[in-house]
Amino acid sequence: MSVENPAERYLRSDRMPHIWCPGCGIGTTVNCFTRAIDESGIPMDRLAVVSGIGCTGRVAGYMHVDSFHTTHGRAIPFATGLKLAAPDMKVVVYSGDGDLFAIGGNHFIHAARRNLDMTVICVNNLTYGMTGGQLTPTTPEEAIASTSPYGNFEHPFNLPYLAESCGAVYVARWTTYHVTQMKKAMKEALLKKGFSFVEVISPCPTLYGRRNRLGDSLDEMKTYKTRSVIKNGADTKEVDLGMTGSIVVGKFVDRERATYQDAMEAFYSRKLGNRYVRASQ
Amino acid sequence: MRGVVVIHAERCKGCALCVEFCPTDVLALSSSFTTKGYHPPEIVRPEACSGCDLCGMYCPDFAIYGYRV
Repeated sequence: MSVENPAERYLRSDRMPHIWCPGCGIGTTVNCFTRAIDESGIPMDRLAVVSGIGCTGRVAGYMHVDSFHTTHGRAIPFATGLKLAAPDMKVVVYSGDGDLFAIGGNHFIHAARRNLDMTVICVNNLTYGMTGGQLTPTTPEEAIASTSPYGNFEHPFNLPYLAESCGAVYVARWTTYHVTQMKKAMKEALLKKGFSFVEVISPCPTLYGRRNRLGDSLDEMKTYKTRSVIKNGADTKEVDLGMTGSIVVGKFVDRERATYQDAMEAFYSRKLGNRYVRASQ
Repeated sequence: MRGVVVIHAERCKGCALCVEFCPTDVLALSSSFTTKGYHPPEIVRPEACSGCDLCGMYCPDFAIYGYRV
């Protein structure tokens, strides 16, 4: 008896092999994501994957579900429109750190503030991979990038803290080394009602790893293994990433809050009474 | 035999994550080349495979997976 690759039914196999470099972590996250969809029981025709631009932006093109490859940084606005127009769809935004937090940073904070019912998966490779390894808002201090040849002096974003303070109801961070935990976190995020955020620290051996002398992908994965400290429920203020020191991973936030659509329906029903026509009717 | 591992060598880019993180050391990098010039993994201890599919989750290229029998 032969069994098909569990990822295969969620992939556009005719586009394989993909464009990601040897050892790039994005493929690993997609592998875990396909298994998380499988386990969550969400049917393929009820799932939409929205990506922006960048290496991780290619994920939408490789997923064999309703997928949308949008303009740079605007994955969340497109996903917002999709969710409001089709409230029974499960909308997943799958993009990179530059697309979500530099070009699209404003959209992220407002989607989290409104608690839109969507899942955001950020593959954080600490650099702009597709354009040549420039500095992103998540590049750690002292790291070398093509636009910071002497090292980075800017203070980077702490993504779980940003997500929590803006109002996300589910926040987790894992590295590509933690595949089973990442799969579980993605499944929980898919099933969570409200704005759920999963950050995955991923190696970029071609640009970030090479410039910072971190070795190849395998070496970076071994580094994750030794540097990672699992602290579920940790205070997100204290999970900053540096060039050295520990990488705090785990499920940091899991709370309940009214979603955008629930709040809107409750508010207008109270204010307008019978005159309010529900979007879902 | 508790598990089976399947390799799709033509997709492989030789990163060796599957070889490193296999908990029962089923795999090793082959000395042969794919058409793109990478060394794919090969199965050296098939009887040890537990079918845990960790190789499948680690693989960035969807080129390997395992299943329990």
